[in-house]
Amino acid sequence: MTFNWTLFFQSTPYGDGIYFNWLLNSAMLTLSLAATAWIIAFILGSIVGIMRTVDSKILNRLAIGYIELFRNIPLFVQMFIWYTIMPLFLTGSFKEWFIQELDPDIQTFILVSIALGLFTSARIAEQVRTGIQTLPIGQRYAATALGLSKFQTYRYILLPNAYRKIVPTLTSEMTNIIKNSSIASQFGGLRELVGLITSMNDQTNSIIEILCVITITYMIINYSVITIMRFVEKKTRLPNMMSGG
Amino acid sequence: MQLFQWIADIPTLVMNNYPILLQGLWLTVRITFTAIVVGIIWGTFLALMRLSNNKILNSFAKIYVTTFRSIPLLLVLMWFYFALPQMIKHLFHLGPDADIGTSCAIIAFTLFEAAYYSEIIRAGINAVSKGQYHAASALGMTRSQSMRLIILPQAFRAMVPLLLTQGIILFQDTALVSTIGLVDLLGAAVKRIGENIGSTAEYSMIIFVAITYFIICFGTPRLIRKISYFKKG
Amino acid sequence: MNKKTKLTKLVLSLAMLGLMSGTAVAEELSGTLAKIKDSGVIVVGHRESSIPFSYYNEKQEVVGYSQDYSNLIVDAVKKELNMPDLKVKYLPVTSKTRIQLLNNHTYDFECGSTTNNLERQKVVDFSDTIFIVGTRFLVKTDSNINSINDLKGKNVVTTAGTTSEVRLNQINNRDGLKIRIIAPTDHGNAFKSLETGRASAFLMDDALLAGERSRAINPAEWKIIGEPLSYESYGCMLRKGDTQFKQLIDKTIANAQTSGKALESYNRWFTQPVPPSGVNLELEISPKMVELFANPNDKALD
Repeated sequence: MTFNWTLFFQSTPYGDGIYFNWLLNSAMLTLSLAATAWIIAFILGSIVGIMRTVDSKILNRLAIGYIELFRNIPLFVQMFIWYTIMPLFLTGSFKEWFIQELDPDIQTFILVSIALGLFTSARIAEQVRTGIQTLPIGQRYAATALGLSKFQTYRYILLPNAYRKIVPTLTSEMTNIIKNSSIASQFGGLRELVGLITSMNDQTNSIIEILCVITITYMIINYSVITIMRFVEKKTRLPNMMSGG
Repeated sequence: MQLFQWIADIPTLVMNNYPILLQGLWLTVRITFTAIVVGIIWGTFLALMRLSNNKILNSFAKIYVTTFRSIPLLLVLMWFYFALPQMIKHLFHLGPDADIGTSCAIIAFTLFEAAYYSEIIRAGINAVSKGQYHAASALGMTRSQSMRLIILPQAFRAMVPLLLTQGIILFQDTALVSTIGLVDLLGAAVKRIGENIGSTAEYSMIIFVAITYFIICFGTPRLIRKISYFKKG
Repeated sequence: MNKKTKLTKLVLSLAMLGLMSGTAVAEELSGTLAKIKDSGVIVVGHRESSIPFSYYNEKQEVVGYSQDYSNLIVDAVKKELNMPDLKVKYLPVTSKTRIQLLNNHTYDFECGSTTNNLERQKVVDFSDTIFIVGTRFLVKTDSNINSINDLKGKNVVTTAGTTSEVRLNQINNRDGLKIRIIAPTDHGNAFKSLETGRASAFLMDDALLAGERSRAINPAEWKIIGEPLSYESYGCMLRKGDTQFKQLIDKTIANAQTSGKALESYNRWFTQPVPPSGVNLELEISPKMVELFANPNDKALD
């Protein structure tokens, strides 16, 4: 068995440069998928997480329902639903535009990022809730005593402190979202990092080399995210809250 | 609305094809069960290696856990299914008619999940107070005795909820084995039944799989809690 | 790899042992046949949704035109090795996994809808041709798409890992057609993309297109159009350099084609209703196929 380690510098059969270009494109696609899904997950997760902590039975129930729904169905199945079924419910000229006019890769991108974002939002919601609920109850009282409204209390006191507290768990969700984005390879032929493996192997038949390079790429991405987030954690840490966590 | 039609089609599709669905569910359960049991055992060893003073064991466990935790499960599956099946055949003395796809999936899941379990277990061990070690050694126990008899039992009791959550995640992750052509619950429903019958059967089967997973993943933790409550009561 | 040569030696010596102990094997077995004799199992690769070549019927059995050949080959192996009780295992493969799983010895041979071309011949061997297709487009009956030039700037779907995918990408980059390509992992998914309106056309081997159309919500809504972009020959796929096994397979296929057995099978799968939907594909035999049946060969057409 001989290995072909210069594989990534050979030209592709499609006449569009060398395989290394494919690798860069795929890595970018993985990162953009994760970033888009993260924005969705962070916003929705925060809203639902806050809903879990307010004094309204209805909002509480709604939030619990949301979390249970998105947490208890496998991401792969959720992507199936978003990619295969959801577009059928669009109507009128928007449906025509979305399904026929829009670049299919962008269409797939949008649908799988929504699926990934919603799946992850349920987990972020739980963390935001924990972050808020584990803050000393005195903070709420102090805010009320200062005459802050409910909204102001969340905006200026509870949320900033809660987010700081959950930076480490958010980091691990971030690395999860990057890993989970690989499932997108199963839809619409999206060639992110894992999707690249089989399509490159078809042309080159060098599976071990490809798997090695993709594995290393994921490790580099993962390591970079953790390093950056450690820095963020240091910057945002409140000195007097250290023991609370 | 079409959605109701698809849902209305589910019972007939399931009744007509239940053997393959059961076969699929059985594979899902088999992979989950093996990966949980063996994963926790191997994960415990990894956690103990991480906590040991032996440099080699320590760095082996560290590299193992970091590697598996930084790559997607789908990639691990591909490693085992595309690159390593012959190695697995020899290593585990599998007969020529062994189901290599299933073996690869089970091994991939076990090794992958062990990395996650080991981190849970390590945190659990670390959470047991240091005083307990000292007390144990004051009683004349060796390090391994105190680990086995004092620390681990407490750590595991405290970790049960986290291990259960990880088990549910693992159960959901098994849906990925259909990507390497195995017939698990999803593979049976969507690939074997849905795609083969064509028309709108695929939509019905996707909805069916989503509902089934939801019921199992939502219900199991509650069921376990109820059982353990009655046992205690 | 060192281990591998050791293994082959082991297998070889085992085969020799079998020889010396006086089993009814005339010629020294090698490659896949030796492996099958040694293990008592043959692993047959097949497709899950290549209608009408190799796919599951409603009883979850693998059936189809290529599967007929596959069964003949298994029978020939049983006879050749004098092993009537040979265990037969089936392994589903996809366009994306078929070459990898053959070469890592997960299965022994595949008769599905695999194109024999020079590129693939670098890594695998092909048997005598079992079918000849043209790659064409499936479009809506009421659309005015008649050739690839009408697809400029449109979405076109084709199955990932197929020769059609490579060819479409090549033409697209060469002629600057700005076709946007969707490439799902199997034919079923690719057809769904067409049926739901994601793509304006589905480029694939015409016989497979006819098969996919049979599963449509409304088959009459779809038509196959255009001059073929290329002609392709399907062969059974086996590991490279395995001459003994290839000879046996070729002989089996040639016998079937010259004896009329292959024509019978053709008529069964292309001119009569087929499972699971009971639709008749209505593909009369092409002159190229008639010629092939008269002169079996293993030529790639590219």
